[in-house]
Amino acid sequence: MTTATAPHGASPAEKRARRRSLLHWIAVHSLGIAAALFFVLPFVFVLLTSLMSDDQALTRDLTPNSWHWDNYVKVFETPGFLTWWKNSLLYAGLGTALVVVSSIPVAYALAKFRFRGRHLSLLLVISMMMLPPQVVIIPMYLFWAKQMDLSGTLWPLIIPMAFGDAFAIFLLRQFLLTIPDEYVEAARIDGCGELRTLIRVVLPMAKPGIAAVALFQFFYCWNDYFGPQIYASENATAWTLSYGLESFKGAHHTDWNLTMAATVLVMAPVILVFFFAQKAFVEGVTLTGVKG
Amino acid sequence: MSTDTLPAKEAAAPAASSPGGRNTLRSKRRRNALRTLAFMSPWLIGFGVFFAYPLVSTLYFSFMKYDGLNPPTWRGVDNWTYVFGEFPQFWPALRNTLWLAVVMVACRVLFGLGVGMLITKIKTAAGVFRTLFYLPYLAPPVAATLAFVFLLNPGTGPVNALLEAVGLPAPSWFNDASWSKPALTVLAVWGVGDLMVIFMAALLDVPKEQYEAAELDGASAWQRFRYVTLPNISPIVLFAVVTGIIGAMQYYTQPIVAAKVASGKMGGSGEVFVPGYPDESTLTLPQLVYSLGFSQFNYGAACVVALVLFAFSMAFTALLMRRRGGLIGSGD
Repeated sequence: MTTATAPHGASPAEKRARRRSLLHWIAVHSLGIAAALFFVLPFVFVLLTSLMSDDQALTRDLTPNSWHWDNYVKVFETPGFLTWWKNSLLYAGLGTALVVVSSIPVAYALAKFRFRGRHLSLLLVISMMMLPPQVVIIPMYLFWAKQMDLSGTLWPLIIPMAFGDAFAIFLLRQFLLTIPDEYVEAARIDGCGELRTLIRVVLPMAKPGIAAVALFQFFYCWNDYFGPQIYASENATAWTLSYGLESFKGAHHTDWNLTMAATVLVMAPVILVFFFAQKAFVEGVTLTGVKG
Repeated sequence: MSTDTLPAKEAAAPAASSPGGRNTLRSKRRRNALRTLAFMSPWLIGFGVFFAYPLVSTLYFSFMKYDGLNPPTWRGVDNWTYVFGEFPQFWPALRNTLWLAVVMVACRVLFGLGVGMLITKIKTAAGVFRTLFYLPYLAPPVAATLAFVFLLNPGTGPVNALLEAVGLPAPSWFNDASWSKPALTVLAVWGVGDLMVIFMAALLDVPKEQYEAAELDGASAWQRFRYVTLPNISPIVLFAVVTGIIGAMQYYTQPIVAAKVASGKMGGSGEVFVPGYPDESTLTLPQLVYSLGFSQFNYGAACVVALVLFAFSMAFTALLMRRRGGLIGSGD
């Protein structure tokens, strides 16, 4: 913080300034700890409840009397839970791979090619990005259920991802703008075709952007509730974790401990992935908000 | 913008080059157009099949009577008058959406800004604080909602236990029509990590010299915030408000899961789940599309609500794109 200018050693003014900055440090960090408690305590309470006995979970106790790690075994033994886990991985894994592969060339064209309609395309990409999925759900459902006969599966959610995702295109485009055009032009002068330029020159530099897009997409699929509700609700073997979790509370009526254990198991992968890829993720959030 | 340069080239080309040069220029241009088309093709197909076609189709169905079994028949504006005039859940849902767009967005932006400012001031273990503040944003919405329905459970939840312990009133949160939206707001504020990161980046971008100059002029902390910080970050605040409103329009998963879990009616095995529990207080527009379309099989009316949702979203998106240097930013 600000230290008042003091010509001689420890003048009263300097002492006052030092004390002020110490008080400031204490104030800021107390506030920080209070905020941290607000953000972390819900996780802690969920975790503690997930380890309580059935009866204790219905009391007001905050910490378990005895630790019931077998609650987690019980969750995995719940019919369907492993299948939902597998489905979530399939949806999120395949969806992410498809979105990344199909969005990169589009983002590259929008960032580095000059062509008529580029600005319009970008505006349309942003419009698609902001479109609530519910707006087009009636015709989309009729298309997948009646024409394609794919309701009761996750394919109506996975297949569209082979055709680019507006958010991924936009985020990647913002990232590619930060790569200087000179690199692209140098590769072109060296006789590289556009595809080679993209793969050999641009992609290695765009790795952080691609990582961010992949993470966002993985989380989107993992968290998606509306999509599985529309297309998979009729067939429990096609449910994902996010969709199945809700029915878990229904099946285990008052067993808050098991429900909270299942909740932990749905949160855990996302949080683990975040710890390994924190930097790319935060960079991605900043890129979407602040111009490139 | 690129389109400005194209006609100029076109005009210059015939005068400057021989017929042969003109051909190579034209073929080069054609090659470039094909190349662009090839790179854009995944999105062009996606745009047509998953955006343009269903949007037109939604408009078409909004004038039809259709239940998914019998062939659609023309109904004129009946679906529209039904939704705006007779359908009892439309106006409550719109009011709720408005409430969320004002109160929830305001709380998130103010809190996000506060936490963002706090994190730029924290000097010790800043990385740990940042991670802890950010983590709730990542919690899957269904899991986070389940957790909060439990935490705010009126009978046995730890939050009310703590509130009562310190002598504060303990509301019924998700089970009380006047507290359910505030409960959802607490949940939304908990996941404020995305805004925190955006505000943090914006705050660190404010030129240091401006603060120093303000301090030399004897500006107080509030004055520095009001006349230095705020003008510098106002585009980001606006961005957060507008994207927050668009998010409020789409608010779906949290209220529907909260209503299901808090009411205990999951909609399975004979129980009929009525969205909006308690007393339509958590009903939002996207939920109406779902319940009209997939519980009542009134596709026509569902499409009307979908188009209302579309109009709102696009109006705010246009606001976002009109701002110079806002979302689209550099490169143009």
